[in-house]
Amino acid sequence: MLVATSTALGPYRVAPGDLLAFLAAKATGATSPLPVSAETVILQIRLPRVFAATAVGAALAAAGAAYQSLFRNPLVSPDILGVSSGAAFGAVVGIYLSLPVLAIEAASFAGGLAAVIIVYAIAAAIRGRDAVLILVLAGVVIGALFGAGVGLLKYLADPYNQLPAITFWLLGSLAAANLRDLTSLLPAVAIGLIPLALLRWRIDVMTLGDEEATALGVDTRVLRIVVISAATLMTSAAVAASGIIGWVGLVVPHLARLVVGPAFTRLLPVSVLFGACYLLAVDTVARTVGTVELPLGVLTAALGTPVFLWLLAFSRRAAWS
Amino acid sequence: MVVSAPRLAVEDLSYGYSRHAVGRHVSFDIGAGEVLCVLGRNGEGKSTLFKTILGLLPPRAGAVRVDGGLTADWSARQRAQTFGYMPQSGGGAFPFTVAELVLMGRTAHRGPFSAPSVVDREVAAEALSTLGIEALARREWLRISGGERQLALVARALAQEPRILVLDEPTASLDFGNQVRVLDAVRGLAEGHGLTVLLSTHHPEQAFACADRVAVLAGGELLRIGPPADVITSETLRECYAVEVTVLPVMEDRYRVCVPRSYLT
Repeated sequence: MLVATSTALGPYRVAPGDLLAFLAAKATGATSPLPVSAETVILQIRLPRVFAATAVGAALAAAGAAYQSLFRNPLVSPDILGVSSGAAFGAVVGIYLSLPVLAIEAASFAGGLAAVIIVYAIAAAIRGRDAVLILVLAGVVIGALFGAGVGLLKYLADPYNQLPAITFWLLGSLAAANLRDLTSLLPAVAIGLIPLALLRWRIDVMTLGDEEATALGVDTRVLRIVVISAATLMTSAAVAASGIIGWVGLVVPHLARLVVGPAFTRLLPVSVLFGACYLLAVDTVARTVGTVELPLGVLTAALGTPVFLWLLAFSRRAAWS
Repeated sequence: MVVSAPRLAVEDLSYGYSRHAVGRHVSFDIGAGEVLCVLGRNGEGKSTLFKTILGLLPPRAGAVRVDGGLTADWSARQRAQTFGYMPQSGGGAFPFTVAELVLMGRTAHRGPFSAPSVVDREVAAEALSTLGIEALARREWLRISGGERQLALVARALAQEPRILVLDEPTASLDFGNQVRVLDAVRGLAEGHGLTVLLSTHHPEQAFACADRVAVLAGGELLRIGPPADVITSETLRECYAVEVTVLPVMEDRYRVCVPRSYLT
């Protein structure tokens, strides 16, 4: 994480082309006193946003890597379990009820966890068939249901106040990231990452499938619950902080796997690093490229789609089966 | 005479899935260092029997004992330290190297959070060399042939350092030379390491090459069990596979070959 953060800060320092004054202030910031206004901007706006971008990118990529290994499918992402939709629905309910920000975040966590619990319960109820397939399909269905719930709330929402807030937030943005967001985001990401890092060797065995993993001595039921909970916690925290930022959890772990192979002991840190750098870079572009800030989620989708298609077309066939 | 408990005892085992039974009332023992070869036509339930013995499927009735102890309450980890398993197809869909995959055989020997130790890596490397596939170590799982994968899965089962090796059709899809190598390795593991081996095959002759006893499954029951020379006869093969076969001794009956009669006319 530290490596990821410090490396990621590199491109940030050179990237802001929006105002040269900030660049100068930042360059001298480490050693000499600054104008108060610049210092405020850096401490209150910039740094929280940089940390939020790296944390969200790292969280989504790590969660994606975990889901992909667990579900033995390099094409799945945090969205497949309906986690993102559930978390989004929770947050939209919060916005609709005009709840305080902290309650909105709690509702987002609750929505994400509810989605994964429902999906898991459906998969558990329909036994005797390919458990992974059922889980993925249940995730798609529940995701669609929560998506419909979001649609309903948008329809009901006050069009002058709530609707823009919901819409903007759903597009995915880190514009409002502040220090208080970080105090809930960073611990959640850390709590999610620790079990994944500790269980990295077991997660490799899970890629073989339940039966083979059990035969090799893994308690697959417990391991699956722990890994899904950890990945869901990170996804919910990321969604609560920034809305739905798609593709990161799908494309980044996939790229990481192409670079360092499937072993989770290397895949996890590289996914975290790539995810953090990627989202930081994209967020920097999002707020610097135009006079109006671009929604981050729109940009990641615009970048992710061609990358994904390229991967689909040129990576080895067998890895996709 | 003191009778010690057999290494593996299958007691009146009925197996299958929740809604349909596959096999009923199967009982047999295997001693330490003994090789038992299971024959039976396609779909007879050899794999289901093996999975039930391994605890991957719950038995419908009956019990499995290892060295006299019931295995019903064992954890996955305990089972994996006792049984080394080579599934018919396995290895997953991710591009691990063969060395990484064989190293996964060591999972049950370390804690849930710990990384593989030097010892783990040595055991895995030794398993590769026992099967003569050291050259595959750095190859990618998805880029090796079906036969090479099978050898790698046997190596992984060996890396588990089990007391009992369960091999589900270890020679299927192997070329002739690799078939001989695997059967020789099975023989050597039983004789040299005292490993108990339970394997299935579709080639009755292979039992003469590696097995102490043969079990024949037919119609969901254990049709016959005994030394290969007693069990693998024209009569049993007709009952099992519904083909007429002549069993001929070779080299003063050191080996026997099974020749389908239709080939001779």
